[in-house]
Amino acid sequence: MFFTNISLGSVAIPLKEVVKSLFHLSTENTAWNFIIQDYRLPKALTAIMVGAGLSVCGLLMQTLFRNPLAGPFVLGVSSGASLGVALLIMGAAGFGGILGTALLGTWSLVIAAGLGSFLVMLAVLAVTVRVKDTMAILIIGLMFGSVTAAIVGILAYFSTAEQLQQYIFWSFGSLGNNSWEGMFVLFICFMAGLAMSVLTIKPLNALLLGENYAKSQGLNIGKSRLIILVATCILAGAITAFAGPVAFIGLAVPHITKQIFTTANHQVLIPAVILCGAIIMLICDSIAQMPFTDYTLPINAITSLVGAPVVIWLLVRKRKLLF
Amino acid sequence: MEENPKYTLQTKGLSIGYHNKKENHVVAKDINFSLEKGELIGLVGSNGIGKSTLLRTLCKVQKALSGEILINNQNLKSYTFETLAETLSVVLTETPASKNITVLELVALGRQPYTNWLGTITENDKKHIIQALKATEMMSFRDRKCFELSDGQLQRALIARALAQDTPIIILDEPTTHLDLYHRASILKLLKNLTKTTGTTILFSTHEIDLAIQLCDKMLVMAPEESYFGNPCQLIEAGHFSKLFPKNLIDFDVEAGRFKIIN
Repeated sequence: MFFTNISLGSVAIPLKEVVKSLFHLSTENTAWNFIIQDYRLPKALTAIMVGAGLSVCGLLMQTLFRNPLAGPFVLGVSSGASLGVALLIMGAAGFGGILGTALLGTWSLVIAAGLGSFLVMLAVLAVTVRVKDTMAILIIGLMFGSVTAAIVGILAYFSTAEQLQQYIFWSFGSLGNNSWEGMFVLFICFMAGLAMSVLTIKPLNALLLGENYAKSQGLNIGKSRLIILVATCILAGAITAFAGPVAFIGLAVPHITKQIFTTANHQVLIPAVILCGAIIMLICDSIAQMPFTDYTLPINAITSLVGAPVVIWLLVRKRKLLF
Repeated sequence: MEENPKYTLQTKGLSIGYHNKKENHVVAKDINFSLEKGELIGLVGSNGIGKSTLLRTLCKVQKALSGEILINNQNLKSYTFETLAETLSVVLTETPASKNITVLELVALGRQPYTNWLGTITENDKKHIIQALKATEMMSFRDRKCFELSDGQLQRALIARALAQDTPIIILDEPTTHLDLYHRASILKLLKNLTKTTGTTILFSTHEIDLAIQLCDKMLVMAPEESYFGNPCQLIEAGHFSKLFPKNLIDFDVEAGRFKIIN
């Protein structure tokens, strides 16, 4: 899947040359080399991290909130990122022409998205430390999301068509705009988030019984919940900052995985979800490339277009939502 | 009541209820009982009398208003949730949040206080799990998913999970609700056998006063004014069961040992 993904793109490159280029064997065509090493390889790696990371987030949230509809964005991560980017794009006009355009580099978008999601998550986490009821946390996260969405709406109302278009392009999500430096930052966050997720396997399994049973088995609910929430924030926050609000993956992949593996044991589910998430994201990205044409479709549209029918088909076939 | 090593669970002048900003709302007060190793104890009382509140207080889910709770002669306050998990296991009225786990996985979760950070099951854990499944006659159901079980089977699976936790005390909150007479009797009979074979102290709340009188070693009767603790025969002779409910509809027939409708 990984190689297929790298092979496909606007410029047709033979598979043999792709493999050669990946292993730094000399290729006659330096342009191909450049495309593969500096564009397609980072993009494929980003796809893997985005797919796997968001899927793990979705799994953690669904188990923690005992709600099959929960996803990585219930804590207001994506709305926070949207707010950051909206403030940057639509607020940049206020700084005047030159400064405004200087602010609008790729990195500033990443920083704005990261900062926005980080701040909103911090607010949600600060509230959740005081709230003992897990369901209340779910509602609080959704409320923060509504508030930030409303602010973005107000900003959009007062901005020009060009700014709106730029914002909408960001909200389509993108895997391709990532440099090797960006990859490094994303990779560190990704690994940190995954390591924390592995730590939560045992508490997550206990939570399958419900919070009262988990407590009776000696689980420190507050501490476990905090680790789960922080892991989600790191993963979803970093991914959203670099790839935009990628829809659907986090919600759907855990369900697809559970249909395939028919277990609720997180020792199996976490690795399985990482694998499924990465594969599905690579497939979606390959489709978004529209192989052999010059177009690249927004990744966000593809994930939903491809993913939703798969989930519906699985549910209709099995007639049961396994949680 | 002095210190006595044979008591596993003891309360002294226990008051239970809820903590408000201004005042304490007392649900029941002056509860005294001493449970011994290997005893089956039934807790009876009408709805809203505080049975669940008492059980929650014993499990450290909520604080006692006053009085002492001693588990193995150690104050409950000195237990952390981790050490308590190795001393006391519970079967609650709620069903597991996820029923997409097999009976084996459910019972294996009972070993969590003893497993490592990843929850790896060792040979020793396996031994306890198999024992628990055998004792509850759930061995043949071990690969079934929880959503495929009947209410009675699920209750047995939950009891097996508590058994696998390998604690000297098990507390059950109304283990016989939603079951028919046969399965109610079979669950209570199972609890009775477990106290004998494993030496576990089992405390359960129930509305099955007739069955409890026949099976329990001791009973705790929570009446509106006072709580009484003793063996069923003593309690019947002292006429404590008739204090359970208002006397306009039913009354306890001391000779027959059960409630009768007043004509």
